Amino acid sequence: MGPNPKMRKEFPDSTRSSPFPDEVLERVLSLLKSHKDRSAVSLVCKDWYNAESWSRAHVFIGNCYSVSPEIVARRFPRVKSVTLKGKPRFSDFNLVPENWGADVHPWLAVFVAKYPFLEELRLKRMAVSDESLEFLALNFPNFKVLSLLSCDGFSTDGLAAIATHCKNLTQLDIQENGIDDKSGSWLSCFPENFTSLEVLNFANLNTDVNFDALERLVSRCKSLNVLKANKSISLEHLQRLLVCAPQLIELGTGSFMPELTARQYAELENSFIQLKNLNTLSGLWEASAPYLPVLYPACTNLTFLNLSYAFLQSLELESLLCHCPHLQRLWVLDTVGDKGLEAVGSNCPLLEELRVFPADPFDEEVIHGVTEAGFLAVSYGCRRLHYVLYFCRQMTNAAVATIVQNCPDFTHFRLCIMNPGQPDYLTNEPMDEAFGAVVRTCTKLQRLSVSGLLTDLTFEYIGQYAKNLETLSVAFAGSSDRGMQCMLEGCPKLRKLEIRDCPFGNAALLSGLEKYESMRSLWMSACNVTMSGCRLLAREMPRLNVEVMKDDGSDESQADKVYVYRSVVGPRRDAPPCVLNLSGL
Amino acid sequence: MGGGVAYENDLNFKATELRLGLPGTGCTDEEQAVSGAKSNKRPLLETREERGAKGKSDPQHDDQETDPAPKAQIVGWPPIRSYRKNSLQPKKAEAEAAAGMYVKVSMDGAPYLRKIDLKVYKGYPELLKALENMFKLTIGDYSEREGYKGSEYAPTYEDKDGDWMLVGDVPWDMFLTSCKKLRIMKGSEARGLGCGV
Repeated sequence: MGPNPKMRKEFPDSTRSSPFPDEVLERVLSLLKSHKDRSAVSLVCKDWYNAESWSRAHVFIGNCYSVSPEIVARRFPRVKSVTLKGKPRFSDFNLVPENWGADVHPWLAVFVAKYPFLEELRLKRMAVSDESLEFLALNFPNFKVLSLLSCDGFSTDGLAAIATHCKNLTQLDIQENGIDDKSGSWLSCFPENFTSLEVLNFANLNTDVNFDALERLVSRCKSLNVLKANKSISLEHLQRLLVCAPQLIELGTGSFMPELTARQYAELENSFIQLKNLNTLSGLWEASAPYLPVLYPACTNLTFLNLSYAFLQSLELESLLCHCPHLQRLWVLDTVGDKGLEAVGSNCPLLEELRVFPADPFDEEVIHGVTEAGFLAVSYGCRRLHYVLYFCRQMTNAAVATIVQNCPDFTHFRLCIMNPGQPDYLTNEPMDEAFGAVVRTCTKLQRLSVSGLLTDLTFEYIGQYAKNLETLSVAFAGSSDRGMQCMLEGCPKLRKLEIRDCPFGNAALLSGLEKYESMRSLWMSACNVTMSGCRLLAREMPRLNVEVMKDDGSDESQADKVYVYRSVVGPRRDAPPCVLNLSGL
Repeated sequence: MGGGVAYENDLNFKATELRLGLPGTGCTDEEQAVSGAKSNKRPLLETREERGAKGKSDPQHDDQETDPAPKAQIVGWPPIRSYRKNSLQPKKAEAEAAAGMYVKVSMDGAPYLRKIDLKVYKGYPELLKALENMFKLTIGDYSEREGYKGSEYAPTYEDKDGDWMLVGDVPWDMFLTSCKKLRIMKGSEARGLGCGV
């Protein structure tokens, strides 16, 4: 006899579809780590939904306003680890006012009751106050992992509270935040008997920390395998730290300013030789040619080299790369030039990810930097390349077409031609064919950022070919509403769409009515959308939150910045005055 | 018309100036540092926004390269995180500082010109002292009403518009950015400067 749903409901302990008890099911499901897989599992049937809910230890919330902490806690009672993301990505570029929201505190207030044994909290683009950090430190005795990326609202006082009270802390990872850096004394707050630290990243902070306190901390934390220091740590300091922690797997040096004696230089060389397990190297502020050789012995097993704060020239990079045969990820500044990128192509056959940042993003008289030639050179030498972020001042359609022919496996293609609306500099044509080649050739493409002079044709190509595309960033591009329509109608897996300074209006916005519920969010700023268009969207789609921010002095009817996202909890109640909530009106 | 509304109609150089201060310092609501300052209001600058590819159907007539006005900076472009921008600025300032700001100094009657680095001086008193030392002369005391009293020399400079101005009238920072060369005038010509003629 087959499974009878009615029978299951009336006799919960009798014959069921699943041939094994709940405990076993939960045990099996607990092996599933990916939250996408878990979501899929939870849709199979009620039993599986329940088992999955009970066994989920880590919850990922991509938009903190899509759900409430109460709902999360009700569904997942045994969570130990939470990842929360808040503000729209364009807040990284100052397009979102500071008081916009995404405060973590309401979440902590629920967690203290529902997840008192919470161990891990990873926040991205959230507003975090010192009070919240102190609350976290005092109320969660098992707390182990804190990661703050691109957050703001807190100061080093908050870090002091964490250091003082979190007795079981294993990871403190503070990256690229808008932090009020008052003093480095927080580091001295770790108690002398505290030894559990495994990851310490304070590279983001500028103020001096007490070196002796740091040295003692590093010495007694025998499991420390990630140490990323800040600029206040000199080379002399670094040498002493490395002697305490030769087991490091990831190292962020402090300042690499050359100011050592010959003997100190030799000692530093020696301490790098001891780093047998190093696979990630970063920091290197003020690094220069004479001192780079100390790194060479530690580079043999390097898979990730982050030189994006080191103003290196092409020859210096080349000398360094000769020693990094296993490099998979490389971040550099464009000071290395096309010549430096040729060296990348020649020396890094295993390279999978390349990011080239501009050293002088706002200086337009600058003649150096990288061009299409550098990117081409990398593509010829690094056939496994699948992630690129490339800032440049000139590009051609032909170059991009060749690049993707060489490297058809791109999953992330982020090209930023820094002058908005700039055409192919050789043919003076739009860059449509470049991105057409990208989407046609790279069938696995998940993330795309476009730039340069682009007509609707680019978006026709995207809609037609980019079937795996999930994240799309568009700026200063397109000719008409049709461009945006193509994107919305064509990309079945689209989750995040962010658009700025494009001629897309209400017709374009409204063409995505049904689409937005299957997406995480839509951002549109400085386009042609009006308030009435947004109101119509809000009215038609009650399960979307439609938020508008207006710029000072702009037309009454213009919707200068629009942020649309799906939510199961309706319009948020913590929006500041500058954010107009059009949903539920 | 869509976005790209001008905050002010004329190009506001102060608003587009790259600042070196920490985020949030020295910025009023009027003064906007584009480089990652923590401030609520962001003027969307007109020049770029309107010229940015809005409905640009004829790239052949793209006039961006020939546009004579200095290009204003766009908020949030290029898309680089504030943290990274702030980390890179000091390096640029260092490079500029290392480069120096050398201007020629001529003195009436002297056979050849000299060059000095304006960047090394903190203000007018230091600059004038240096000039006095270099040319072995006395320049006298500055007053707004009478120029340089007590000597037959007057320090002047050529500004960006090509006009010859008396050194000391404008704030030091403004002087630094507008001074193209210096000339120490002598005799009757010098005296004429301070007489309200």
